[in-house]
Amino acid sequence: MMKLKINGEPREFDVDPATPVLWVIREQAGLTGTKFGCGIAQCGACVVHLNGSPIRSCVTPVKAAEGQEITTIEGIGNANRGLHAVQQAWIAEQVPQCGYCQSGQIMSAIALLRRNASPTDAEIDTAMSGNICRCGTYPRIRQGIKAAARAIAATAEDSGNG
Amino acid sequence: MGKWTRRAFVTTGILAGGVLAVGVAIRPGNRKLKVAGLVAGEDETLINLWLKLGPDNIVTAIVPHAEMGQGVHTTLAMMLADEMDADWSLVRVLEAPAHPEYANYALAKGYALGDQSFPSWLLPTVDGFFLQATKMMNLQITGGSTSTPTTGLHAMRVAGAAAKAVLLQAAATAWVVPLSELRAHNSVIHHDASNRSAPYAEFALGAAELDAPVLPRLKSTEEFGIMGTNVQKFDIPAKVDGSAQFGIDASLPGMKYATVMAAPVFGTQLETVDTAAIQDMPGVRRIVNLGDAVAVVADGYWQAKQALDRLPVQFTASDAGKREQSDIFQQFSADLDDAIAQGREETDLNKGDARAAIAKADRIVEAEYRVPYLAHAAMEPMNCTAWVHDGVCELWLGTQNPLGFAADVAKAIDFDQENVLVHNQYLGGGFGRRAFSDYAIQAARIAVDSPYPVKLIWSREEDMRHDHYRQASISRFKAALNDAGMPVAWENQFVNKHDPVEAPYIPYGIDNQFIHFAESKTHVPWGFWRSVDHSLHAFFTESFIDEVAVAAGKDPYRYRRDLLSGATRFRDVLDLAASKSEWDRKLAENWGRGIAIHKSFGTIVAQVAEVEVIDGKVRVQRVVCAVDAGFAIHPDGMKAQMESGIAYGLTAALYGDISIGRGAVVQSNFHDYEMLRMNEAPAIETYILNSGEAIGGAGEPGTPAIAPALANAIFDATGKRIRELPVKLHDLRVPGHSAKDVA
Ligand code: FES
Ligand code: FES
Repeated sequence: MMKLKINGEPREFDVDPATPVLWVIREQAGLTGTKFGCGIAQCGACVVHLNGSPIRSCVTPVKAAEGQEITTIEGIGNANRGLHAVQQAWIAEQVPQCGYCQSGQIMSAIALLRRNASPTDAEIDTAMSGNICRCGTYPRIRQGIKAAARAIAATAEDSGNG
Repeated sequence: MGKWTRRAFVTTGILAGGVLAVGVAIRPGNRKLKVAGLVAGEDETLINLWLKLGPDNIVTAIVPHAEMGQGVHTTLAMMLADEMDADWSLVRVLEAPAHPEYANYALAKGYALGDQSFPSWLLPTVDGFFLQATKMMNLQITGGSTSTPTTGLHAMRVAGAAAKAVLLQAAATAWVVPLSELRAHNSVIHHDASNRSAPYAEFALGAAELDAPVLPRLKSTEEFGIMGTNVQKFDIPAKVDGSAQFGIDASLPGMKYATVMAAPVFGTQLETVDTAAIQDMPGVRRIVNLGDAVAVVADGYWQAKQALDRLPVQFTASDAGKREQSDIFQQFSADLDDAIAQGREETDLNKGDARAAIAKADRIVEAEYRVPYLAHAAMEPMNCTAWVHDGVCELWLGTQNPLGFAADVAKAIDFDQENVLVHNQYLGGGFGRRAFSDYAIQAARIAVDSPYPVKLIWSREEDMRHDHYRQASISRFKAALNDAGMPVAWENQFVNKHDPVEAPYIPYGIDNQFIHFAESKTHVPWGFWRSVDHSLHAFFTESFIDEVAVAAGKDPYRYRRDLLSGATRFRDVLDLAASKSEWDRKLAENWGRGIAIHKSFGTIVAQVAEVEVIDGKVRVQRVVCAVDAGFAIHPDGMKAQMESGIAYGLTAALYGDISIGRGAVVQSNFHDYEMLRMNEAPAIETYILNSGEAIGGAGEPGTPAIAPALANAIFDATGKRIRELPVKLHDLRVPGHSAKDVA
């Protein structure tokens, strides 16, 4: 039995410890927001957070994540529970096209903004170049990250003042 | 056919719950309809249902096209809602189910009327159905940038306008006032004289009784209220929280997972499969021999893949198995040479006498270009979930052609087509790939004797090695220049012509033109790839005209401009791109700029690329894009499609190279079929010109011009002319002259 905490919930899975986290999330936990794109750590469609840091779940054996916290796109936010600033910016900038890469893009962007509240263009390049978007939404992803950074800063200021 | 077209008319009716339905019916018809026979009268057959108006005043646009990120659901709903004067906040969209009754009426009508906007690449498909008028409805295709120009115009706008007309008339009857005193605005009908107003829904029952106008008046551009604005796209909220359902996300009780390996050399078969070697591996359920492929079914994808990777398989040998990419290009060259030597040129376009003009010209410019095969590499690998039960085969997948898939699958598993049900999901990229049903057929064949639903997922490697490829090609040019350096003759010979017909044609005023080709078959399967033949010919023609300009000692932009004096629509788009890019601004050391213009799918696009070349490595810094699609229904969506088309074309121009080795595709995944990434993505500025000409497409026209704009910019920066794509094949650290010295 492999024990994981997914989006805050403790879960147990009867799987081969070598199974990549991606397939445990998608097929065992039924969380299909995380996508399969290449299976060899090339595209970033499968990015989730392991203890808050971005990992490529297609090459991370579930054994390596045992007992730890995994966050998927489903754990980030939605219209009912409230959207994360990055998700809001993605809607405002109308980022997604086919949308298939976007869970991974958003997970990478959130991880970037957590480390670096106002990234430069070069820092965005470094953090995001592991995520391929075949629809070419890169200019909008860049705008979305900047808009989200501004929104997060504004909220922080508000709460700081209030 | 003409008869059939005249008998088609807009019809209204009431569905359960007092919902007003507007669709298109043909008369007479006596089939019992499954979808909405309720709407049609006894002697009518409902072909399409386009619009529903509920008691809550919600308008639902029903669109027969797949959403793959091109924003088609939103754009088509806008066209309908605008004509209807609907309140946009009360508009919803629904993708029509894959059912023959929802076939692509507008596409068929466009064809029947000889509509110029109808894409020629679809002709073979349409022709197959043309013999029987009823069968002609068997089209529900998304591709060829046709959705807005055909469905939008012939169906969505007409339905919206017809709905408004009958609602107004019903209101006039109910209130006993002259029709002319009523006005419709934001889903409400107003009678200002008596200060009365009521929502559309109130008149639904009355409207359903009325005959809808056959040809309702459509708005002129000045009257547009929703068209031309940037509403938020319907599909975006579900694409930021992981809830959007793609084909690969289908989930059914008891479902098993399969993955597949087809014979690497196209056209070969499995010879031996040692199933015993893997059948005891964990989770493995079945090993299915499909003749040209083998599939492993297991409890999970990863288990299936682990087992398949260890499965000893042998394939039959074939001559194709000895072929290398260089053999293919040699064959192309030889076939081009032979065609000329034997006078067997297939004429594509011939005006004046190009060869005579070239024979007596003092100055001739010649060049030969080549492009490789390309894979689509949609972000979502091919997949399909199939469940065969109770005499039906249900499929969950993303497809650009749901009815065509149903027909193909039915044939493959020997079912009646009506027993194959396609549930179309969001497409994780299409680009033409998801118009080919091979993956659906495989899934159905695996599932047909499985007691459980099977989700077939192709690995990325399988996706790359068993695509339907953009063709490799060679194109040769000769131009004759007069004393003023202007071209008086243009001869172009290339290998293998597909669609659209006009892809190799140039907009320039050159009196003598001879464009011809030679067919040269290979064993590599061909497919529609974003913009189809335009993707190669724009590179060929717009690179060559640049070479001609340079040979004439002229500025490439102004040279093109002079040749476009008889084509003002082109000239306006070219001028817009040049002026917005500040064409004459001096660039820094190691920088270069290039321009290109190309029309495809009714839309003219000009692009200026600015590049920087450092240590032989090119970085595209900026792309300025001018586009004239007649009228941009959703300007921000148009911009998004230009950005997308540019990234797609740039990826191919810089890196895209599918090559054949021992008969099979050499590349396998994103490490050797590289993609443009964030750190290489240029800043893109798009400028829209609404000329008012017939509406063109958006999904494809952004792609063709970027490769030549890039190659021309590299020449400007380095003096090196890129005559073979991709750019990565070339060492840009060429010693010697720069372009500035040449010009
Ligand atoms: S699927 Fe994991 S990086 Fe591509
Ligand atoms: S939105 Fe389609 S791959 Fe990124």
